[in-house]
Amino acid sequence: MHEVGIAASVLDAIRTELNRRPGARAIAVGLRIGELSGVEPSSLRFGFEALVSGSELEPLRLDVEYLPRVQHCLDCDARFHADRYTLACPHCDSLRGECISGDELDISYIELAEEHA
Amino acid sequence: MTNVVPLEQKVLKENDRLAIELRERFAKANTLVVNLISSPGSGKTRLLERTLELLPDGVHAAVLTGDIQTDADATRLARFGYPVRQITTGGTCHLDAKMITKHLDGWNLEELDILFIENVGNLVCPSSYDLGEAAKIVLLSVTEGEEKPLKYPSIFFKSKLILLTKTDLLPYVPFDYELAQRNARQVNAEADILGVSTTNGEGMREWMEWLEKRVSAVGCR
Repeated sequence: MHEVGIAASVLDAIRTELNRRPGARAIAVGLRIGELSGVEPSSLRFGFEALVSGSELEPLRLDVEYLPRVQHCLDCDARFHADRYTLACPHCDSLRGECISGDELDISYIELAEEHA
Repeated sequence: MTNVVPLEQKVLKENDRLAIELRERFAKANTLVVNLISSPGSGKTRLLERTLELLPDGVHAAVLTGDIQTDADATRLARFGYPVRQITTGGTCHLDAKMITKHLDGWNLEELDILFIENVGNLVCPSSYDLGEAAKIVLLSVTEGEEKPLKYPSIFFKSKLILLTKTDLLPYVPFDYELAQRNARQVNAEADILGVSTTNGEGMREWMEWLEKRVSAVGCR
């Protein structure tokens, strides 16, 4: 259960961004979480809501894009979702492949409300 | 008006920044750093005890060992004459790069050939934190069940070496060794897989060779 710490890092990043933009308020934050990242989205949401509640950032929406493991086959160049960790290429059965997506733990965007003078 | 600002940064940016600093320090000092990760009770500390005993003379090693509470592991490991420090996380379920930086204070990395980091016993959280290591090593003991790589894919995916430990117990437990290897391969086709027993010594030579090969690859000693 390290998702509370992960959520705290997300809020730190938001506060850093808000400090650079006086007058702005955060409405939402978007994360990309891969299935190999070791982070469980529902636990993260729980930690996120607990930390936001009662803070100056409330209300703040959390958008999570959960990404499956995607393999790239080095023999036939196919890209495929490695369902249930079966790494064999569905097109040519090759096991020679590289993982090109699925271990993300990224902040993709922040949605801000900005006052304009 | 609202405005969507693309941020495109790692959630653990601060940890990653410190890990990059550590990796540069380790590379400059020619120190091989390995990060040992497993469930509690898979034999990380026992493996380290045997490893420190078997290290050839002239190899300079040190250990950082993490636990939520107690310095029991540091006490066990200090008997071998190498520098050992306990990192007590006080509830945190993993080590992070900041803890490593802090606990290296006062150690001269130039004098170290190899630094072992024993993470907190946990198959989930330590996988998210880069400690600047050259390799994560995951241990899976034969008393745990061969499906662990599929249940905890993140750490098996990120490890360069998968150690199947306590192999001396294979005759007594319903552990399908071949299936465990296959499951590990499904998640990570490139990792090395070794079976080891600190009790009967099986696989220890191969494990020491795995380490020594990497020590000589980073250093020019």
